[in-house]
Amino acid sequence: MKRMKLVMVGNGMAGVRTLEELLKLAPDLYDITVFGAEPHPNYNRILLSPVLAGEMSVKDIMLNDLDWYRDHNLKLHLNRKVVKIDRRGRKVIAEDGTEEEYDRLLLATGSNPLMLPVPGGDLNGVLSYRDIHDTDAMIEASKRGKHAVVIGGGLLGLEAANGLKLRGMNVTVVHLMDWLMERQLDRTAAKMLQRSLEQKGLQFLLGKQTSEIVGGGPGDENAGRVKSVRFKDGSEIIADLVVMAIGIRPNTALAESAGLYCRKGIVVNDTMQTYDPKIYAVGECVAHRGMSYGLVAPLFDMAKVCANHLALFGIGRYTGSVTSTKLKVTGIDLFSAGDFSGGPDTEEIVLHDAMGGVYKKLVVKDDKIVGGVLYGDTTDGAWYFQMLRDQQSIGEIRDHILFGETNLGNSGHQGQNKAAAMAETMEVCGCNGVCKGTIVKAITEKGLFSLDEVRKHTKASSSCGSCTGLVEQILASTVGGAYQASDSKTKPVCGCTDYTHEEVRKAIRTQKLLSIPAVMHFLEWHTPNGCATCRPALNYYLISTWPHEAEDDPQSRFINERAHANIQKDGTFSVVPRMWGGITTPAELRRIADVAEKYAVPMVKVTGGQRIDLLGIKKEDLPNVWRDLDMPSGHAYGKSIRTVKTCVGSEFCRFGTQNSTQMGIDLEKMLFNMWSPHKVKLAVSGCPRNCAESGIKDVGVIGVDSGWEIYVAGNGGIKTEVAQFLCKVATHDEVLEYSGAFLQLYREEARYLDRTVHWVQRVGMDYVRQHVVDDAVNRRALYERLLYALAGIKDPWQERVAQSDKRREFEPIVLEALDA
Amino acid sequence: MMSEWQKVCEVEDIPRLGSRVVRRAQGDVAVFRNAADEVFALEDRCPHKGGPLSQGIVYGRHVTCPLHSWKICLDDGNASAPDEGRAERYTVKVEGGVVFMQS
Repeated sequence: MKRMKLVMVGNGMAGVRTLEELLKLAPDLYDITVFGAEPHPNYNRILLSPVLAGEMSVKDIMLNDLDWYRDHNLKLHLNRKVVKIDRRGRKVIAEDGTEEEYDRLLLATGSNPLMLPVPGGDLNGVLSYRDIHDTDAMIEASKRGKHAVVIGGGLLGLEAANGLKLRGMNVTVVHLMDWLMERQLDRTAAKMLQRSLEQKGLQFLLGKQTSEIVGGGPGDENAGRVKSVRFKDGSEIIADLVVMAIGIRPNTALAESAGLYCRKGIVVNDTMQTYDPKIYAVGECVAHRGMSYGLVAPLFDMAKVCANHLALFGIGRYTGSVTSTKLKVTGIDLFSAGDFSGGPDTEEIVLHDAMGGVYKKLVVKDDKIVGGVLYGDTTDGAWYFQMLRDQQSIGEIRDHILFGETNLGNSGHQGQNKAAAMAETMEVCGCNGVCKGTIVKAITEKGLFSLDEVRKHTKASSSCGSCTGLVEQILASTVGGAYQASDSKTKPVCGCTDYTHEEVRKAIRTQKLLSIPAVMHFLEWHTPNGCATCRPALNYYLISTWPHEAEDDPQSRFINERAHANIQKDGTFSVVPRMWGGITTPAELRRIADVAEKYAVPMVKVTGGQRIDLLGIKKEDLPNVWRDLDMPSGHAYGKSIRTVKTCVGSEFCRFGTQNSTQMGIDLEKMLFNMWSPHKVKLAVSGCPRNCAESGIKDVGVIGVDSGWEIYVAGNGGIKTEVAQFLCKVATHDEVLEYSGAFLQLYREEARYLDRTVHWVQRVGMDYVRQHVVDDAVNRRALYERLLYALAGIKDPWQERVAQSDKRREFEPIVLEALDA
Repeated sequence: MMSEWQKVCEVEDIPRLGSRVVRRAQGDVAVFRNAADEVFALEDRCPHKGGPLSQGIVYGRHVTCPLHSWKICLDDGNASAPDEGRAERYTVKVEGGVVFMQS
């Protein structure tokens, strides 16, 4: 088949990202030609500030070298500006006469800097700040002159000023408004910022309107060069260099000349298509729903959608972006997002420590964050921004929200929670041994923008995830505004699909899908049989939605759940037999001892869940070990019920008020064989001394004289989370019903790999109380669905001992040695 | 030395989208079967930390190592970028539903 021709005009970050996404989806669909007006291949425009400041070189910020274009068979015209689109003849024409025909045209022409229309704007030494050329010119100018004036106190202007200061110039920032960065900061934060920039040696003239840029007169040694800047109030300052950074305007000249509809940008629909269906546009040049974006993150969202449609997949819409800003001036921590100034129908939560240099303001509407400004301590910027994007209710945490995500037990990185304060050599990811310097290096050298990319390349935060916040901070401070936390509400299950966990669950439920192939077929999975991320999730959603009906696919389970034992680093397994409520007998202990000797078990260990672990067992021995143990599976290997930890309770303990051991046994027996989105741990204590540590369990029960208190959504692992009070009940049966109903709600609604705490944080305790405590009919129904799901399921170990066909998994094929 | 084809097992002995371990004096080999009933054989050691690839989840033409989720290509044993490394690949063929491996 003849390939279609795709021509792209503009060789910047948004356009090239679109091509990268397109090549991933449909590498062979188009012959692609790229026109770039600059002489460079695609580079990271965001990092021009560090280049100006002398912290990086131009070479460091290249994103795609010429080899990349060659390797992907892209025809590249550098240094050639396209001046005409012939829509009837479907071709574009460049300044030098180069013509290229297209079937699809992609406009990514970016934006142009705004220049003040004042006399002298065309003098030598008056520059904009937009590309490598401008940056080089500024660096040159800093070597010749002493005095720089930056007009514009926005993000770009301040970064330019900081860079020129570091290049040794005497810098004054002139700003029309009364405070800096008025589009991102409120007055308080802006004043704090101004003070710290003044301490770095920058000078400011606020509320000043430039009326003229004055050059040297004829005969002057500086003839035709800038000499000073004059203001409307008559005052004047010396200038050897003037940088205009008052804003950008979408570059629509080419589109307009071709008759495409433009209004504050090239107007596109949600699929990034212009008014000519053969022509698409992405990046700073477009106007989408009346908005133009100058930050990289939204442009990447556009790129993804556009590529999907160019690839003829026809899925996905761009629906606009909420953006956040971060200033890339070393030593200054500043974060701003959304509607930070608020209005009559919003409230503010503020923490202001002027001496300590910390200011945090969140703007809240109907219990949801709609915007915020952080200055001095931006540790929790990503967290607030995530809640803003997810529209999460903050009602329950508003009394401590400004103190940050947590101060508790976040282990594995030396108690650090501020990336900026960490040295390059400090370890960020304690699981994979990745230090801060390695992460920064990977981000800049490999041009990474998202958390997923950083995880892939460095492995940091890819194991237990406890350092995710730190990695996000490092990413945000390295790439600045380009970083955008992913929107977890619209995040697809994995790269195999565009659907979210919730959408997948809904389809399984409403369409009564009963197998993984059926789900993949119905939801048009992009891959033939998924991947190691989506298949286990789908398998869980199927068996939890349609118990006894859906197919449980062992090949879509992680090895531990397929082998019903825990794989160890050397490929052997560990076996943990169940001891109901942590209670055992001399006979069981004897059998365990005999097994340990018979199979030469290298380590026998008491677990934290009140039972015994036999480590280092060969896979082929597992069925025989289970047979000899003759004890139930402990499910220590599954996203499933693990243990119910108990204290001694009223039977022996002199303080015990309730029979906690029996309650633990009954709960554990009720939940036996329960698969869940992630592991589930319970505890029952017989009195408020709480020796079973019920406060950090998914369900923790505490006996009191008058009944039982039930706590939920605690966690003792990666990040210690204290369980929250659900309710108090009087009877033994009520404990089973309420606990069971809570866990069933979790099983039905949480995303795969959510612990109870993650799910409850998202939906809120109020939601849980409504469904489990307040609504008795619903509670009963949940409880009955749980009991139905668990009824009649056999112990997986005994099943494999009894049925030889289920043992094949454990049997190696032995090849006889060939004759020599 | 002449290489010889050695019978391993029936295709049906390997679960679809799964694998079996072939035990040999020189070290274990993992034989995989994908959804299209193609059979592949790799050294049963992940190039990362030696994890048993036979225990991973199989999809498309890849297997994910059960220890740290490296993705290994079944065709050539190469780790997917950005990871680097290779598991030894063995030549296999299927004739009349029987899997043979070149020794």
